[in-house]
Amino acid sequence: MTMQEDHKDCFVLEGKMALPNQNFAGRLGSRFLIAIRDRKKIMGLKCNPCGKTFVPPREYCEKCWTKIADNWVELGTEGELVNFTVVRYGDRHLPKKPPYILGQIRLDGADTPLVHIVEGIDPRDVESGIRVKAVFAEKTTNTIMDIDHFEPV
Amino acid sequence: MATKRVAICAVAQHKNDSDLWHKRFQGMLLDVLEELQAQAGFTFDEETGVNTIVSCSDDFFDARTISNNGVTDVLGAQYRGEEKMAQEGLNAVGYAQAVILSGYADLVLVMGHCKESQSESRRMISNMGFDPFYGRAVGLDNLNAAALQARAYMKKAGLTEEQLAGIVVRARQLAARNPYANAREIVEAGKVVASPQLCDPIRQLHAYPVSDGAVGMLLASEERAAEFTDKPVWIAGFANCMDSYFLGDRDLTANFALKQAAGRAYRKAGIADPRKELDLVEVMDAYAYQQPLWLEGLGLCGDGEGARFLDQGGQEKYRVNLSGGMLAGNPVIIAGLYRAAEAALQLKGEAGERQVPDLHRAVAHSTTGAAGQFHSVLILER
Repeated sequence: MTMQEDHKDCFVLEGKMALPNQNFAGRLGSRFLIAIRDRKKIMGLKCNPCGKTFVPPREYCEKCWTKIADNWVELGTEGELVNFTVVRYGDRHLPKKPPYILGQIRLDGADTPLVHIVEGIDPRDVESGIRVKAVFAEKTTNTIMDIDHFEPV
Repeated sequence: MATKRVAICAVAQHKNDSDLWHKRFQGMLLDVLEELQAQAGFTFDEETGVNTIVSCSDDFFDARTISNNGVTDVLGAQYRGEEKMAQEGLNAVGYAQAVILSGYADLVLVMGHCKESQSESRRMISNMGFDPFYGRAVGLDNLNAAALQARAYMKKAGLTEEQLAGIVVRARQLAARNPYANAREIVEAGKVVASPQLCDPIRQLHAYPVSDGAVGMLLASEERAAEFTDKPVWIAGFANCMDSYFLGDRDLTANFALKQAAGRAYRKAGIADPRKELDLVEVMDAYAYQQPLWLEGLGLCGDGEGARFLDQGGQEKYRVNLSGGMLAGNPVIIAGLYRAAEAALQLKGEAGERQVPDLHRAVAHSTTGAAGQFHSVLILER
């Protein structure tokens, strides 16, 4: 299975998968994203028995199966950068031109860090533990990109 | 009633390559099938042959939905029972074992393929695995998610650039003896350390190369194994475990799912202490930092001790990734199936130049999803 084969008259067909589709945001997801879009507020869902606040939203606590769908709490729009990477490759699915910082941000009042883009600081200077704040987008895309990015406080 | 056993009777691998543009994946599978038949002499006879096939492929890499439907003729699956494993291919072995143990079939053919080179960017494909609102939108993909895990783990374990380079250098040296590996060129540590940052702290040479491959195996019930081989490799245990989907819900360095999967597989295999009862280990290391992290998860060293484990010679003691591992290049959806194939070949004594002596029991590991969301563990015995 390692032998050389004849490539004469062999060719490849270029293709492109482009399939317009829809994704329902979900009842909780819609409320979460509308709060960001219209009120510049970031909401979490709290499990009282576990004392844990989740973001993005979900109906149940994954640990104890308590239904938390109605237990909204308002999170801060600031938080701590707890982890990060610097994206240095260019690909069509990336929302920014490289190099840029992709971080995990634990918002004040939340237990689960959110992945988002960090700007306003040189990738060479960034470190875990810095305080960052949300900068809201001017135009909505109805995704988490309604927060355009985070930047140092 | 004694528990029945399932044997891996034959194993065949297509050589991994970075761009097999001149080969259809159907043709790669056919090569694997012909090799398996030459080894084991099985047929597709309705009464005595293979009538159940478990395939493994990725729809996005194949650029067709229900990608198994396009390859059934070269799996011998036309006119027969066929099911597709959408998780990494090691799970096809676990599934095939369940099919045989249930009594539904006594022979199962497992066949996996993937050509990563068919895509413009494998990172773009992995981006489609994320939630469209919260993950896909910020550009998350398997590489940058792994980079987040890499930074957290290097900090926790004190894993250094030099150690990462050492993992890559060793993988290439071992791969040079594996005729099926993709990246078989020797690299110097200095070249690894100097290779460009791809996604900090993951450097170019810390990442497995884009790879095309195909791999298959024949599994049989205990009653029938001797018809196909005089060196059966027995499945002693298989288990898997799924972790949370959102990265922020997980402790990226805790190995929660892998510990669960390993613990269940060890229990099934009657292994009380993996540190004393495993002779060979194959882990699915897509990036250099993952090798010590997954070894922690398998319980071969303590939490956060992976870096020290490297310095103490853990890789040699447990004969870790003698194939070169995934770092030497296997496509993502079947890299764990390749791990099982290599572990089985070692136990059979058919691993060629990479063969080591005195093997009784081996473990093969695989993972699917960003930063190790899902893990599978297979224990094999001679």
